[in-house]
Amino acid sequence: MSQANLIPEFVRRQSFIELDGRRRAQSLFDEGTWRELVGPFNRMESPWLPLQGIAPQADDGCIVIKGKIDGMTAVAIALEGGFQGGSIGEISGAKMTAALDLAAKDSQAGKRTAAVLLLETGGVRLQEANLGLAAVAEVISSVLALRPHAPVITLIAGTVGCFGGMSLAAGVSSYVVMTREARLGLNGPEVIEQESGTDEFDASDRALIWAIHGGEQRVGMGLADTLIEDDVEKIKETIRGYVHADLRPEYRSQQVELYRARIAALDTSEQIDPRSLRQKWSNGTKGELR
Amino acid sequence: MEQIEFDYPAATRRITRKAHVGVVGSGDMEVLMEPTQDEGAHVSITTSVDGFQDSWKAVFDRFFSKFDGAVRIQINDAGATPGSVLLRLEQAVEVINQ
Repeated sequence: MSQANLIPEFVRRQSFIELDGRRRAQSLFDEGTWRELVGPFNRMESPWLPLQGIAPQADDGCIVIKGKIDGMTAVAIALEGGFQGGSIGEISGAKMTAALDLAAKDSQAGKRTAAVLLLETGGVRLQEANLGLAAVAEVISSVLALRPHAPVITLIAGTVGCFGGMSLAAGVSSYVVMTREARLGLNGPEVIEQESGTDEFDASDRALIWAIHGGEQRVGMGLADTLIEDDVEKIKETIRGYVHADLRPEYRSQQVELYRARIAALDTSEQIDPRSLRQKWSNGTKGELR
Repeated sequence: MEQIEFDYPAATRRITRKAHVGVVGSGDMEVLMEPTQDEGAHVSITTSVDGFQDSWKAVFDRFFSKFDGAVRIQINDAGATPGSVLLRLEQAVEVINQ
């Protein structure tokens, strides 16, 4: 396609990243089928933030929407990256866990309810400390309870990315969808730099960060399933596919021996670069829609 | 952090819808606007930036010089400028008028 044809398409496209968490979640559903659960007017705010001089948000940065995606019952749980870095606290964690548990209950009763996690988050909310850590544990256990019955699809669009405890939730989900702008990792670049110095990881080197944490690399390594453009329609189409997808016979998080062997086989005598790691690790898990 | 309250007894037009707009992100805020059965409008602000009570008062005086709905407004603010505050309020009014 010539450049002249590409530009109008780029201009016409509706960006997903530019939407806030609520509108991202809404955009995935069939029109007129969704409703928000425990919305802002229920005023489930964090009781801990005001004690520390921080303004809370009426939905605690967690948006839960239930409805139909391509005719299938589904619940979307979005973390709002704009509020406290999408961090997970007592209230947002409880909303997430409760939504996943209800989906599991319905799915077990024969009404398959898929979950879509829209994760834009730095992980645990430090101001809520242990309550946030407990929330991460609960979310992971709820994802594990749901995934044998219905797909749990993590969508990381950017630009916050998905880090810390919530990257574990992404790791145990059935499918992970990322854009090129999104990042996924346990420790964020600044945390690594702070702990081990700039020689280990230069958190100001954006090319380096995206070469390691970016969506393209994560999909290339088989740690995420689909790389998708930042386009509302394309993302909606991809999520529709996964909502209908078969349950996996085996999940990445169960392939302990495979990943142990891969790590053991790495030659650490010289610097491993992202490209060669992608070549070594790329495998059958890298995903096309099923 | 500061709590600020205002009353606008002259705003008595009945409203039926409610609106939620904005995010409590840096330089932004969220507005929850809903009908009230009370006489007049009530504004309740939680802001993480202290010492701007007069600016808030000026913004709301201007807002209620044009808007007369009997609403309860709750704001969670993370440092929105007066211009952004007014835009968010107008956005909320747009939603309740839809």
